[in-house]
Amino acid sequence: MKLIDIARELDLKVRAAAEKMEKEVSGGYVGDLLSDVMGNAREGQVWITRQTHQNIVAVADLKDLAGIVLVNRCEPLAETVEKANEVGMPILVSSFPAFELAGRIYILIAKAKGVSFL
Amino acid sequence: MPQGDGIIYQDSFPVEGGNFETAGQVSGRIKAILKNLNLPKEIIRRATLVAYESEINIVSYATRGEIKLIVKPEEVIVEADDIGPGIEDIELAMQAGYSTANEKIREMGFGAGMGLFNINTYSDIFKISSEVGKGTHLHMVVKVNEKEPNEIN
Repeated sequence: MKLIDIARELDLKVRAAAEKMEKEVSGGYVGDLLSDVMGNAREGQVWITRQTHQNIVAVADLKDLAGIVLVNRCEPLAETVEKANEVGMPILVSSFPAFELAGRIYILIAKAKGVSFL
Repeated sequence: MPQGDGIIYQDSFPVEGGNFETAGQVSGRIKAILKNLNLPKEIIRRATLVAYESEINIVSYATRGEIKLIVKPEEVIVEADDIGPGIEDIELAMQAGYSTANEKIREMGFGAGMGLFNINTYSDIFKISSEVGKGTHLHMVVKVNEKEPNEIN
């Protein structure tokens, strides 16, 4: 499933690197601790977080994540957007809290992969 | 360019203490270099991770430091040296979840006490030495042909 399809289904707004929304999303990871994400997120996953500062871009880029989704109507800082555009890392925003957003994205990906999830 | 002792590539990068704006840049460069050298993806992933955690430690705690990258056909070596407060109890610092980070560092999502633990997990050889009031030295090796540890998928 592509990032752009997830964004459309869940009404996520794109704040950076809109040209990279065709990336394939393999799964997701939720976390606000950067070392946790660094150690445990996998390539191609979408990262759900409420951290808004620019260091999230470096982590997502180093880990080759598909994109970052900020929860709870959080907006990325200006320098975060700038950096994300520079490296081509999509940042999206959502009005959902992390738990609900993760659940919805999980269902979308599981359906797309034809996996039973309940 | 080939150098002595089977070294394919060698360079070192300065890291500024306290500057979170540029944190991750050195690791980004290291990742790009390893990609250019066409190393296996998994090796790049692990070497980048140990470089990143070392870099964040220097930024979070030290005055300044340096990260050295040495690439050989059989291994990638990352060395991190800093001038800083040093570590009082290394055994304790290695424990997952133990951290001396201040509130500012924690608010950014750093200082979770996972840095050294991650390095230990993702490197094949990890040596750490430190002198209180002087600084810390990390020596990390990711073996190119080593079978991947089970805990990393």
